[in-house]
Amino acid sequence: MSESDEMRAARIRELMETEGDAVADGTRGFNAGRYESVADLDEYEELKDGARAIKEDAIGRLPELLDRLEAAVEGNGGTVYLAEDAADANRYVREVVAGKDADRVVKSKSMTTEELEVNEALEADGVEVVETDLGEWVLQVADEAPSHIVAPAIHKSREGIAELFNERFDPEEPLETAEELTRFARERLGELIEGADVGMTGANFVTADSGTVALVTSEGNARKCAVVPDTHVAVAGVEKVIPSVEDLRPFVELIGRSGTGQDITSYVSFLTPPVASPAVDFDDPDAPMADGAIGGDGAGDDPDREFHLVLVDNGRLAMREDEDLRETLYCIRCGACANSCGNFQSVGGHAFGGETYSGGIATGWEAGVEGLDAAAEFNDLCTGCSRCVPACPVKIDVPWINTVVRDRVNRTDGAGEFDFLVDGLTPDEEPGGLDRTKRLFGNFETLAAWGSRTAPLSNWVADSAPARWAMDRWLGVAPERDLPEFERETLVDWFAARGSRVTADDARREAVLYPDVYTNHVAVDRGKAAVRTLEALDVRVSVPASAAVGSGRAPLSQGMVSTARRQAERCRDALVPELERGRDVVVVEPSDLAAIRREYEKLLPEGDHERLAAGSYEVLEYVYGLLESGADGSALGDGDDEGGAVNYHAHCQQRTLGLEGYTVAVLERLGHEVTTSDTECCGMAGSFGYKSAYYELSMDVGEPLAEQFGDDDRTALASGTSCCEQLGALLGRPGTHPVELLDPDSPDQ
Amino acid sequence: MTRRTTAAFEASLDGLDVGRTRTTPGGFEAVLREVVRQPAVGVPLPDEGLSLPASVTTDATPAELADAATGVTAAALGIADYGSVVLPSTATGAEQVSLFPPLHVAVLRESDVVAGMPEAIERLAPLLRDDRGSAVVATGPSATADMGDLVRGAHGPEEVHVVIVEDDEGTRNGTVDSAGDETSDAGEGGTTGSVDAGPAGDGDE
Repeated sequence: MSESDEMRAARIRELMETEGDAVADGTRGFNAGRYESVADLDEYEELKDGARAIKEDAIGRLPELLDRLEAAVEGNGGTVYLAEDAADANRYVREVVAGKDADRVVKSKSMTTEELEVNEALEADGVEVVETDLGEWVLQVADEAPSHIVAPAIHKSREGIAELFNERFDPEEPLETAEELTRFARERLGELIEGADVGMTGANFVTADSGTVALVTSEGNARKCAVVPDTHVAVAGVEKVIPSVEDLRPFVELIGRSGTGQDITSYVSFLTPPVASPAVDFDDPDAPMADGAIGGDGAGDDPDREFHLVLVDNGRLAMREDEDLRETLYCIRCGACANSCGNFQSVGGHAFGGETYSGGIATGWEAGVEGLDAAAEFNDLCTGCSRCVPACPVKIDVPWINTVVRDRVNRTDGAGEFDFLVDGLTPDEEPGGLDRTKRLFGNFETLAAWGSRTAPLSNWVADSAPARWAMDRWLGVAPERDLPEFERETLVDWFAARGSRVTADDARREAVLYPDVYTNHVAVDRGKAAVRTLEALDVRVSVPASAAVGSGRAPLSQGMVSTARRQAERCRDALVPELERGRDVVVVEPSDLAAIRREYEKLLPEGDHERLAAGSYEVLEYVYGLLESGADGSALGDGDDEGGAVNYHAHCQQRTLGLEGYTVAVLERLGHEVTTSDTECCGMAGSFGYKSAYYELSMDVGEPLAEQFGDDDRTALASGTSCCEQLGALLGRPGTHPVELLDPDSPDQ
Repeated sequence: MTRRTTAAFEASLDGLDVGRTRTTPGGFEAVLREVVRQPAVGVPLPDEGLSLPASVTTDATPAELADAATGVTAAALGIADYGSVVLPSTATGAEQVSLFPPLHVAVLRESDVVAGMPEAIERLAPLLRDDRGSAVVATGPSATADMGDLVRGAHGPEEVHVVIVEDDEGTRNGTVDSAGDETSDAGEGGTTGSVDAGPAGDGDE
């Protein structure tokens, strides 16, 4: 491992040990809750579409909405300040606080103020700043940064918090239970809120028509911060503005479910400040609070109250003009993308994070508000598995944003070092200086072609100790991981010699089996099984040599967008004529199908993408369709209700595409009892587990799968090549592709 | 409002472990005396047909607010799908009274229970936009999971009790209850009301 890889691996190992368990408990709990809660929501997809449409519209006409919002808030008697950047926002907040002669500001959790570092700015003026969200307060006491957008202290265990409080506050009786810790925090923070001069909150949504600030919380501290002191400062990114009160509806129903799996959080406050509630002067405890007349500047009709809405640009208006980062502004910061992420579940935000935001969509935020340097750090931890895509309530393509940022990082990184080891294998479109490991994996297609041509020598050489050492040292390939073994005879060669076994006259349908790089060079048996299975269902199959090209998936995973686009174009040139001949495209490797159905939208002209997406099928999805439309499945392996119990882990991208059910249905039809995996991710995600820096993390992510499937000796099935390899590493016995069970000529039939 | 919507609302409250009592305007004061724990603070109810018993202090000082065991306020709406009560802010301090004491008692007219969030937002829009008012949609007690386990009563009440006041025959809002109501309610949809008592984190800010 290179030095930088070693440092990265060590940092990840340390976080897995210290924070991994607490993060895993929290995120997996939230994620399971999300599934349960959205299952109860009949209109889930419609609500997501509605939420997305509102955000698209709002960001589209943001300048106009900001004007309307300013008029509304000022009409209410409040003040709006549009801050250009962090320094500008902090200067304004400091002026407001100084104007109130405030000694103490109480805050409700706000990631935007973390971004601005408001606390530090105020503390420099001698103002005491108190975080009142319990999780955020724990971090303030511990002097740590948040590791999660929604649950900032998710990485801290109850025991750790108890130890921290007992040490810091030395209570009469040591604190132990969650109940005791919470009561202690409530009492202490309650007193601090009562004596505060200014309350600060964020805003989850702000409505332009009324100037209403929506705050989604469960503890009640935001309500107290907003109404106990006579001055309320709300700080929000400009992207939080939505047109009208009516537009709040889908977000209110989606945000709690998406974030923590609650149908709704305890409190959703709609404050149209300055609010009518009387400020409570605990320094004058015996005067009825409703009689209070505390007075203040800019309070409009209500002399008791002062309200300042600080809207923060800090790079957001530029993101709005950036075609690829723009979607980031639709984010409602629910944290679902982090909770559903296998890597985040293992290490949490302190490994993922840039300067403020962590996990999932954070790369977009970091790139937009902090710059590429902050985003580059650990942007690698997104494997592109896409499990966050269906989890996102506003349907943001988070992996695409990560890919684009990775591409930009690639293009700004490095000084053009001459990479002699990889150079001959990199016919790509990328600039010099691109990370060697990325370049190697991004060009796997070329490597595989060379490997097949020279097999078995290539396999023998690659697996030799000196080669493994060199690959680890120079290319960042994990020595612990078995390498793919290249087959001398590729699937294309095998089929060219064999030909089709179904005549055009007998054919139910005609299909092109897409020979992806793995199926063509490595998992050739899987390809043969697919051909025989389709033929048993009277499909006239062809495996055209002209389609034996990478789909663009491999370079895409490394952020090599130009290379991916070129491959996508080649793939289109090979496949569209086949579609025009009336053939269906059948794909074995789910990540390649995902490229065709999802990412080609970004890589190809719209018409080409639609055509390919509509004409391409995952192999078990296709088999399901054939059986449903009357094909006779009795010739298939285990076709006579003899199948046994099997464990099945669907590939992550296959699940995102909604295809898991087809495989399960076909297997059940053939008499198998199928147990599906509960985990989001096997930890391999294509090249990820091959990387020296990430091997241990990859295995840690796979742990739940090993626990679920490791207890019995059932056949372990997986749809993706890398999932099969990961299952092999986790269980000590290789995973099998489901189509190999269906193969009429399978060796065990 | 139909019986079915009220029943769904009550089922949602049960799922949240929120106490509830049904009463008539005539029985209201007696029920309230039973439900509140002393010392109790409250705010005057907007509903002219209902008044708080003398044992509930309605012009609380900060000291009384801090010491109160119970806070009594009106709820403008109930949301059947979620078991939420919508609590408008008032110059008399309804926000504070509903938030500080460990027990919050929300007083709700049965006719103000709506089926779901779309109806609730529709009813709230004039309050927020035209009257520049504020309100909180409160669902169950205050909660946190930040200390390693779910605990109720983080900053707000650890207990909530909803008093549902049936409508007088003469003042019923909408149609008079009839047998047809059991089948005529097409307004329900969306979620079942089971709000899990799952880990409670805050959405972003």
